[in-house]
Amino acid sequence: MKYKSVFDIIGPVMIGPSSSHTAGAARIGRVARHLFGRKPEYAHISFYGSFAKTYRGHGTDVAIVGGILDFDTFDTRIVDALSLAEEQGIEIKMTEEDALTDHPNTAKIILGDQNGKIELVGISIGGGKIEIVELNGFELKLSGNHPAILIVHNDRYGAIAGVANILAKHQINIGHMRVSRKEKGQEALMIIEVDQNIDPVLIEEIESLPIVQQVVKINE
Amino acid sequence: MFRNVAELVELAEAKECKISDIMIEQEMEFTGRTKDEIISQMDRNLKVMEEAVERGITEDVKSHSGLTGGDAILLQNYLKSGKSLSGEFMLDAVSKAIATNEVNAAMGTICATPTAGSAGVVPGTLFALKDKLNPTREQMVAFLFASGAFGFVVANNASISGAAGGCQAEVGSATGMAAAAIVELAGGTPSQSAEAMAIALKNMLGLVCDPVAGLVEVPCVKRNAMGASNAIVAADMALAGIKSRIPCDEVIDAMYKIGQSMPTALKETAQGGLAATPTARELEAKIFGIALEKK
Repeated sequence: MKYKSVFDIIGPVMIGPSSSHTAGAARIGRVARHLFGRKPEYAHISFYGSFAKTYRGHGTDVAIVGGILDFDTFDTRIVDALSLAEEQGIEIKMTEEDALTDHPNTAKIILGDQNGKIELVGISIGGGKIEIVELNGFELKLSGNHPAILIVHNDRYGAIAGVANILAKHQINIGHMRVSRKEKGQEALMIIEVDQNIDPVLIEEIESLPIVQQVVKINE
Repeated sequence: MFRNVAELVELAEAKECKISDIMIEQEMEFTGRTKDEIISQMDRNLKVMEEAVERGITEDVKSHSGLTGGDAILLQNYLKSGKSLSGEFMLDAVSKAIATNEVNAAMGTICATPTAGSAGVVPGTLFALKDKLNPTREQMVAFLFASGAFGFVVANNASISGAAGGCQAEVGSATGMAAAAIVELAGGTPSQSAEAMAIALKNMLGLVCDPVAGLVEVPCVKRNAMGASNAIVAADMALAGIKSRIPCDEVIDAMYKIGQSMPTALKETAQGGLAATPTARELEAKIFGIALEKK
């Protein structure tokens, strides 16, 4: 069941004109911003499929940039997102891609600054619901509807148990979890969707595990 | 948890409650939130819908492209003349559906039901019913839960996205959802709601998604208007005791399969249908400042 809440159907409250091309795009942009964790110096956005064909008419461009500025789907500042990004000194580049993707509404976002960059691929599946399907080359599934923690770690025994113990101690319930790795023994990624927003203390605790390289949280 | 319309109706009948109650209960189970929290969130969505309808029927809303806006007011004025052929209630619903979609096209604030492109049908019918049946606020919120329950089934078993399933999946779903909710608000049974949904959706099957210039304006706004009228007629038919020969879940399945066999040009790519007509191509070139021969 892809849609679990009635508010996936009656909602979201949003700026028009398209739930998949506007609200969904804003949500993909916002997840990228949260994952990056700070204001980027540049944002390179690639549109695929129906996004590439019709993004101007749907305001997909302003919506995705609005998301990168951390605006919610109903934030009326979305309409002026391009000029607001310019004011904040964020360089925006958009590309229409011809490549065929699995889903008709796909966008790739690269956010970066002098200290680093992230690259993610998101799809907008309808009614404003999105999935993040790739992060820094890792294949993943993330609904964007629940708080989540992404943990980049070394692919070694005890990593999952270490994180799970901390979550259990803080009485956090795991709704969905997935682990993937680039190669055996190399960099790996743990994606954990949870039921409630995460306390910064908990993130610090996970970060302090020797096996963990980076922790990112996404609040609801 | 219900997975299809048959289970939804069965649950409501077994518990002797309304479809909307089943949806609220399921939401409580899924999210662990209280009934009050869930109802107040839906109440906020209702308020957004109300404000969009109000804005659309009173302000001269114009979209950025200039393709849409002002038609809801035209209909409201026409209604006041007392000359309407299809009846005041019907046209009031139609104008309120248009109002919502005009606000949507102008990048105003709306609540997706189930999507932004189809956001007019459910509130359009609801706010016309508000004047006709004088429902309580609680009943109006219940209307949204009832329509949400049917939309939930469509979204999980077929699609609610024009890009995935054509306009039948978008305005078609909204029309079925509204028809079912109207039946509940008007005092019909859960199974009558299912019949109304089936009848309404049956008459939207095959509807392609062909937005002119890729904008959610033409024909989307007027399709929401027709969706609202279709929903009202389907609800009346079901309340009269008429049944759909094809069960609701099979209609939804048929819609899904039609969507899958529809060519990409007719699924929100602005490459076929009305979007490919000479006038649409001219409008597109004008709006985006592109030379026509490049299209």
